[in-house]
Amino acid sequence: MAAADFLINYLPILLFMGIACAVSGAAVIGSLLVAKQNPDPEKLSAYECGFEPFGDARSKFDVRFYLVTLLFIIFDLEIAFLFPWAISLGDIGLFGFFSMMIFLAVLTVGFIYEWKKGALEWE
Amino acid sequence: MMDLWQSYGIWTAWTFLYIGLIVGGVLISVAYLTYAERKVMGAMQRRQGPMTVGPFGLLQPIADGLKLFSKETIIPTQSSRVVFLLAPMLLFALSLVAWAVIPFDKGWVLANINVGILYLFAVSSMGVYGVIMAGWASNSRYAFLGALRSASQMVSYEVSMGLIIVCVLLCAGSLNLQEIVLAPRPLWMQALLFPMFVVFLISILAETNRAPFDLPEGESEITGGFMVEYSAMAFALFFLGEYANMILMSAITTILFLGGWLPPFGILALAAVPGIVWFGLKTALILFVFLWARATLPRFRYDQLMRLGWKVFLPFTLLWVIVVSGTLLALGALP
Amino acid sequence: MIVQALAFYLFAGVLLASALMVITARNPVHSVLFLILSFFSAAALFVLLGAEFVGLILVIVYVGAVAVLFLFVVMMLDIDFAHLRKGAMQYVPVGIAVAAVLLGELGMLYLSWNAAPDALLNRGAPGALLAGPTNTERLGQLLYTHYAFPFQVAGLILLAAMIGAIVLTHRTRPGVRRQSVATQHARQARDVLEIRKVETGKGAV
Repeated sequence: MAAADFLINYLPILLFMGIACAVSGAAVIGSLLVAKQNPDPEKLSAYECGFEPFGDARSKFDVRFYLVTLLFIIFDLEIAFLFPWAISLGDIGLFGFFSMMIFLAVLTVGFIYEWKKGALEWE
Repeated sequence: MMDLWQSYGIWTAWTFLYIGLIVGGVLISVAYLTYAERKVMGAMQRRQGPMTVGPFGLLQPIADGLKLFSKETIIPTQSSRVVFLLAPMLLFALSLVAWAVIPFDKGWVLANINVGILYLFAVSSMGVYGVIMAGWASNSRYAFLGALRSASQMVSYEVSMGLIIVCVLLCAGSLNLQEIVLAPRPLWMQALLFPMFVVFLISILAETNRAPFDLPEGESEITGGFMVEYSAMAFALFFLGEYANMILMSAITTILFLGGWLPPFGILALAAVPGIVWFGLKTALILFVFLWARATLPRFRYDQLMRLGWKVFLPFTLLWVIVVSGTLLALGALP
Repeated sequence: MIVQALAFYLFAGVLLASALMVITARNPVHSVLFLILSFFSAAALFVLLGAEFVGLILVIVYVGAVAVLFLFVVMMLDIDFAHLRKGAMQYVPVGIAVAAVLLGELGMLYLSWNAAPDALLNRGAPGALLAGPTNTERLGQLLYTHYAFPFQVAGLILLAAMIGAIVLTHRTRPGVRRQSVATQHARQARDVLEIRKVETGKGAV
């Protein structure tokens, strides 16, 4: 019964997700149905300061954006490790504390490396 | 058997009522936040703000909403139609579902889950998709560039937000939002967390793409960022989602740093006022900071923004995690 | 609980359907979007099992970070996928061979699976685990002390990933003028400004 007790807290979230999707879907579709639609090719072309758009807009972009997300994943994982540590530090004491400090020190080495390499520079 | 069905019926009806109240409350708050923004900025710039529609212009947000609803939805020819329409819906739905775990008062919470703060972190990290999907689906250069910038900005500031949350968790010892509010917090602990409060305030400005970090929609360079191609209700949903996120982030700040629904400064006499009033007032205070910042500060440049996120906030918050945990451990004050 | 069973079938169904769409969608960006949906359903299944921390971390790390990277890569590479797809059929035998090896390994793993007697009991009654401290706390109590060594190894792997990412993708562009905050702050008015008295009618020389 314990499992059900704890899951009952998640049921409203599931219902809420359904309702939120319904509300936002209804808003867009309702507006599509109610408002007068009068498309013409000029109106529907992509916005580009007065001239016809040429080529595909989805071009290659700077590799930096890619590097930012890569570094973000690593720090996100680090934070994922910090969450359970933060709430159980009282139980695991000094050993747990230093265990995490070594972990953070290793990642700080990486952080210093990326700083020195200039991976955090934008111009 | 009848009793069982009856209790289920009551539970379901109550849940739906509560969800309805949250959705309605958020929508009304968003409408009047836009009104407040125009009034506050007007006052700061010696203008009057909206005055014509209704007394003191109070019906202005409703008029705006109706206007956007009755406009034509333009779907560019080159776009991916389904993704194009899904993106604003996703952003708006996310800004609503996050409210499921927010405690408005003691016990006033829809879903009292053990990992409330993780849920909020997860929902806010999914907001990036609305932006990327919008930028990609529009198939327009401005939208694409705006989406890339916006996504990088959001992920950059999420790192420091996560580390700040860890600092608060160290003091509270729980991931449950009600327990975080109720955890005892003596004055020295408040002082220890104060720098994190300031950094968190700045980070939520960046996370919600608000001024002075609003360069994803920097109109002078990329016209409107990822929302260039949107019109009518699809645009309105982006707008609603952005403002709902502002309110949500303010509510999270209130819960993490300002003691949620508890009366300010622990004055017991003030506890006679219902907690939700204090919660609302504290949230409104943070929202005022949002508007104040917008009226006061010039926009950041992109390299400055990235430098602030990665080279200032990240090392500082990481150091502070160590400082907070070390202090708590040394004083034996861990929960 | 019938609701629990319904939720399980809902999420399992969405998971399988979206996983199928990942490999059949024509547009790679759509594939990634379906991948996100399947991550999300998997997280919901974890929550249904009682592993709320793991479920939400799955959303935070995989949906919130890893899939953003996938999306960037797919958008950035800008490969003509229709062109790539033409020759894809010739790799089918190799693909089948790899799949067979993987299936065989999974089968061997299943046959030689050794579970602690407690684990089987716990699997039968996940609710028993939920009494007392939350599962995040239990995880924290074990991960940093009992499993300290694997934890440090995880840290080293992250370090390797960080360095690898920089080595592979970082390029310094020549001839870019950067803002140096320290130099700007160090600049004093007396070093760069000079005030001269100019007499009327003579002009500055």
